[in-house]
Amino acid sequence: MNAIATHATAAAIRLQESTLDPADAVQDLSHPAGEPILFEVKAGQTLRIVDLEGNQAADVIFYNRHDNAEHYSATETMLRQGGIYLTTGSVLYSNDGRAMLTIVADTCGRHDTLGGACAAESNTVRYALQKKFMHSCRDNYLIALQHADIGLTTRDLVPNINFFMNVPVTAEGDLQFADGVSGPGKYVEMQAAMDLWVLISNCPQLNNPCNAYNPTPTRLLVWDPA
Amino acid sequence: MNPTETLDDPLKVIPANPLSTAPVDAPSFWQRFPPAALAGVATDRVMWSEIMPGGGHWSWRMPRGSALRFIALEAGTNASIVLYAAQEKLERYNMPDSLKAQHTAHYQRGHVLMSDMGRSMASFTADSLGWHDPLGALLDAELMTKKYGEHRFAAHRNTMYRSGKDGLLIEIGKYGLSRRDLIAPVNLFSKVSVDAEGRFAFAPDHAKAGDFTELRFDMDVILAISAAPHPLDPAPDYAPKKLGLMAWRCGAAPADDYCRAFRPENARALHNTDMLYL
Repeated sequence: MNAIATHATAAAIRLQESTLDPADAVQDLSHPAGEPILFEVKAGQTLRIVDLEGNQAADVIFYNRHDNAEHYSATETMLRQGGIYLTTGSVLYSNDGRAMLTIVADTCGRHDTLGGACAAESNTVRYALQKKFMHSCRDNYLIALQHADIGLTTRDLVPNINFFMNVPVTAEGDLQFADGVSGPGKYVEMQAAMDLWVLISNCPQLNNPCNAYNPTPTRLLVWDPA
Repeated sequence: MNPTETLDDPLKVIPANPLSTAPVDAPSFWQRFPPAALAGVATDRVMWSEIMPGGGHWSWRMPRGSALRFIALEAGTNASIVLYAAQEKLERYNMPDSLKAQHTAHYQRGHVLMSDMGRSMASFTADSLGWHDPLGALLDAELMTKKYGEHRFAAHRNTMYRSGKDGLLIEIGKYGLSRRDLIAPVNLFSKVSVDAEGRFAFAPDHAKAGDFTELRFDMDVILAISAAPHPLDPAPDYAPKKLGLMAWRCGAAPADDYCRAFRPENARALHNTDMLYL
């Protein structure tokens, strides 16, 4: 057997609570419903995303802070862990095959890296042509990148992570959008292995039940290394 | 060209250079393909055909209304493909958008490959297999050396030892695209299923010699192909398999197209593409 498949570490769910105290965080902010945010996380720091009210999709892309051509790669991450779900212990790899972050705590247990981000254009395909004039994650990404003007553009909007979303693949090869496994107060925490740009759209999708038709805020915390 | 000739690798059996009086050496390679793999093709309309050696790579600009049939010339062929809109290379095949719009984690006849702009770039118009892998895994040079060892040109020459990632990087580089632009490919002829734990299972006996699939291009597309092995292929030795290709002009998707009717999402994606060609 090949080295990759026999070392598969992927799992459907792995719960792990954090020992970090929010009182010690160097950053602690509310990320309002439906909005984008772009910020830096340094190597060694730990980022926590809290699903405050439950089943809110946080659509996240990571970039190497010092090289815009290195970004989070869903395919490298899936290949190197041998499966699709992200949970405690999952290493998030870049397109260069380097570890960007490791998930160190997770009280939700399962996150999606296949479903991507919503866009006005894909909404016209998925729902109806007349759904084009609505908020979307990709427009959120683009306005954050346009204002930041740091050299990242639409070509860098690669397949993202959907924290707190449950998108199973069946044995028959169908993609499902299943009920969430998240709930109020559940969180995921990851430690950075390199200096990063973190681009998040707090998903404004109103055409499907991924956010229970009610997008809600999340909380973002960052800790320095112990 | 004698149609009874074997499927020799053009790179292993270096052909003689053409005579200066007949300088274009474009043999009808399709005549060497298994007859069953030609089903439904009006072969008198074939514009070009090719045998790509395992590990090889190339790229083409495929116009709207052209068709390309891919043929597994040996069991276990893998063809990694990426697609960019020729008129605006920022528009490109998008794995998540295509999968979620069609609620699928495999491709078969009827599915379409959608761009980030909500348009169908290409449609699966024929297929003998029923499952092609859209999960985008590629071998890179490092994983390839770990799995198969080191093979340098000095010893191996044109027995092409090159990872799928490097092959595709070379091809997209020809159009000014860099590693930040390399998208998740579709791995034609490979099957990767997912179990209840979310783990991958590679089907080792999926594609047989003579299996085929076909794309109709719905817009002008830059298509890059690598015939390197799938990264989850458990075969212990590096033995990439040959790929047959044949292209013809089929016309744009008609109103009663099978792919338009396959899902309402596909009808809307094809409509969005039609709006580019008013």
